[in-house]
Amino acid sequence: MTLKTPSELNALKASLVQAVSDKVKILVSLGTCGLAAGGSKVLDAITAALEESDCAEKYEAVPVGCMGLCYCEPTIELRDGSGKAIIYGNVEPSQIPAILEAGLTSAAEGATVVERTWYYPEDENNKNKALQAKIALRNTGRINPERIEDYIIRDGYQALAKVLTTMKPDDVSQTVLDSMLRGRGGAGFPTGKKWQFAAAQPKGQKYMICNADEGDPGAFMDRAVLEGDPHSVLEAMTIGGYATGADTGIIYIRAEYPLAITRLRIAIDQARKMGFLGKDIFGSGFNFDIELKYGAGAFVCGEETALIHSVEGKRGEPTVKPPFPAVQGLWKQPTIVNNVETYANIPVIIRKGAAWFKTIGTAGSPGTKVFALAGKINRVGLVEVPMGTTLRDIVFKLGGGISKDRNFKAVQIGGPSGGCIAAKNLDTPIDYDTLKAIGAMMGSGGIIVMDEDDCMVDIARFFLEFTCDESCGKCTPCRIGNRRLYEMLTNICHGKGTPQTLVELRSLALVIKDTALCGLGQTSPNPVLSTLTNFMNEYEAHVNERRCPAGACARLIRFTINEKCIGCGVCAKNCPENAITGVTKKRHVIDQNKCIKCGICFQKCKFQAIDKQ
Amino acid sequence: MSCDCCKKEKALEKLMRLEPEKTSQLVAFIDSLPLGQDVDVNRGHLIETLHKAQGIFGYLPQEVQQVISERLKITRSEIYGVISFYSYFTDKPIGRHKISVCCGTACFVKGSMRIVDEFKKQLNVQEGETTADLKFFLNVLRCVGACSLAPVVMVDDQVYGKVTPEMVSEILAKYRD
Repeated sequence: MTLKTPSELNALKASLVQAVSDKVKILVSLGTCGLAAGGSKVLDAITAALEESDCAEKYEAVPVGCMGLCYCEPTIELRDGSGKAIIYGNVEPSQIPAILEAGLTSAAEGATVVERTWYYPEDENNKNKALQAKIALRNTGRINPERIEDYIIRDGYQALAKVLTTMKPDDVSQTVLDSMLRGRGGAGFPTGKKWQFAAAQPKGQKYMICNADEGDPGAFMDRAVLEGDPHSVLEAMTIGGYATGADTGIIYIRAEYPLAITRLRIAIDQARKMGFLGKDIFGSGFNFDIELKYGAGAFVCGEETALIHSVEGKRGEPTVKPPFPAVQGLWKQPTIVNNVETYANIPVIIRKGAAWFKTIGTAGSPGTKVFALAGKINRVGLVEVPMGTTLRDIVFKLGGGISKDRNFKAVQIGGPSGGCIAAKNLDTPIDYDTLKAIGAMMGSGGIIVMDEDDCMVDIARFFLEFTCDESCGKCTPCRIGNRRLYEMLTNICHGKGTPQTLVELRSLALVIKDTALCGLGQTSPNPVLSTLTNFMNEYEAHVNERRCPAGACARLIRFTINEKCIGCGVCAKNCPENAITGVTKKRHVIDQNKCIKCGICFQKCKFQAIDKQ
Repeated sequence: MSCDCCKKEKALEKLMRLEPEKTSQLVAFIDSLPLGQDVDVNRGHLIETLHKAQGIFGYLPQEVQQVISERLKITRSEIYGVISFYSYFTDKPIGRHKISVCCGTACFVKGSMRIVDEFKKQLNVQEGETTADLKFFLNVLRCVGACSLAPVVMVDDQVYGKVTPEMVSEILAKYRD
């Protein structure tokens, strides 16, 4: 069925809303991590239970995208029309009958109920406490991503209808500019301004590209949106096409995201059938269609000029800007490249207006940001919070604090381009500008939490190794400079650094920042510079005392046996190098020449008789 | 100077002789693309063709590159440039089971390097190498996005979460016949 007018869309929506059953919905989280944790077995168990018992009249199973509660997958949520809900985590298929039996009246015995005080702003009794505000993730984990009807019920394609039938292209760009929406992929460039650049170019072939080449390790928000709410991206790209005069959309997606690719394909097919993509959309005479292009594993292709070259079938090497892609991009035509999360915000901004959007977040960075929490944190997952939320709230309230009751040391934000933030900045309200001021970067929004066992020099080295691997090799500062940085950091970790190494490290890092060709190179020294600023004491311990305070740099640690040793011999038995000797019931000794610092003895000793220095 | 005609025939013929089924699959795919005389247009289809070819053959041997080069009218050197640039493509045969250890930041802080070392030790290969019996290919990748299960190992399409060095031999045992 092709919809030709907004009123047809409204009629369809009304009939879909009417047809919604009053059954309790069982939402089953089936994103990539939900599936990896066994979510499909849980769905099978629910389907089987519904077939066998009389529950089918009461319940309806709905496969949804990621709910953001990755730490307790498989997750299911029971929810009725009034907003009453129970969420269960770590669900076993065997628990399903009990969960169905209990329904919404009480928590099922033996199952794990997820505490959700900080979550779900839409729940009545959480209104004041909820730290989250959902815009980009408004539908993710809420709707069946493979049913366009679910999207339409939640005001899907209303923004497109509004734009095509009541707004001029320039008004659309202006609304986006007024909302002050900034690119969610990293640098935070105002999206509306980008659109205006492209719109100002002479009429002709133009392109809208969606950058879904999410390459930051530890960031998975774009995948969650694509897997959980693909239509919002399609709708936003079409809106952008209308605003800029483009008729072709391209989604550049990582080949490593097979599930997202499948769901996008389904969504594109459905949108074409309904007439949201294709010729003469909503009878406006505007044509737009979207195709998929696959990445092939190159981090630098997240940079827009590199991405464009990759779409053209070339090596994904960046080129100097200007000319900016909005002026001369794909096949030398004006091209807009926006990130998935940026697009996911667009339909809501169009529907509710720029003024509404600016009431959320901070003055310089309105709206929300999705963060992927990972590392040494209790609740690994996805959260969406208004800009200006403090890291303390994110890590300790939403994230549930540091795992194993260790002490917080740092968060690494923004992936290889970002920086490490120390405890003293935990209370900084974070947005694009404050993060820059403290030496980090929003990046795509991956937050990796580190505890006292993580060595910050080693972490900086880890990121430099990544950059060396991923540098495309085109410009010298990035190709060779980063390699030298990596070698210096390796020397420091191996106890071969001197105070002079630290001076050289900082100076080379600053040179690379100033001279590299593209965003990847210019930001690659950030992990070094931010750790030098915030954790100088650790660097100094490495070079002055040949000591790794966190005990992570293997070459700098020493295991010794203290007087608590009762001579049980467990350490000697487990030592892979036979480096431990001693007589039964007498204190043992470690031969430092043979010791490979694997730490097995330290783990096996039950008497705290082994010291790690 | 001789013409290229006979050389062209050879690459396709040789591949046809070695892998008739796979080759016709690849040729059928390339023929379905809207290719033209304009190399720029053809180039736009290069990466998807390479994806398809690697999906069919498992890797991208010289003969396959040659056939693609002829059909898309793109030079071999340029195709090799693209293959060597992207980590997803390989021109060497890889083992039957692909072991990918995630070394994204979340996995790294949870000790994935120890897992890599253990695989290296047990399989006696380095990262990016295949075992002599062609059974396992060891690979390190950056973030599969399953950070809640860190450290993560993927063997083919199966994800193993919260892996410890002790689990490595158990995992390998499942794939040794």
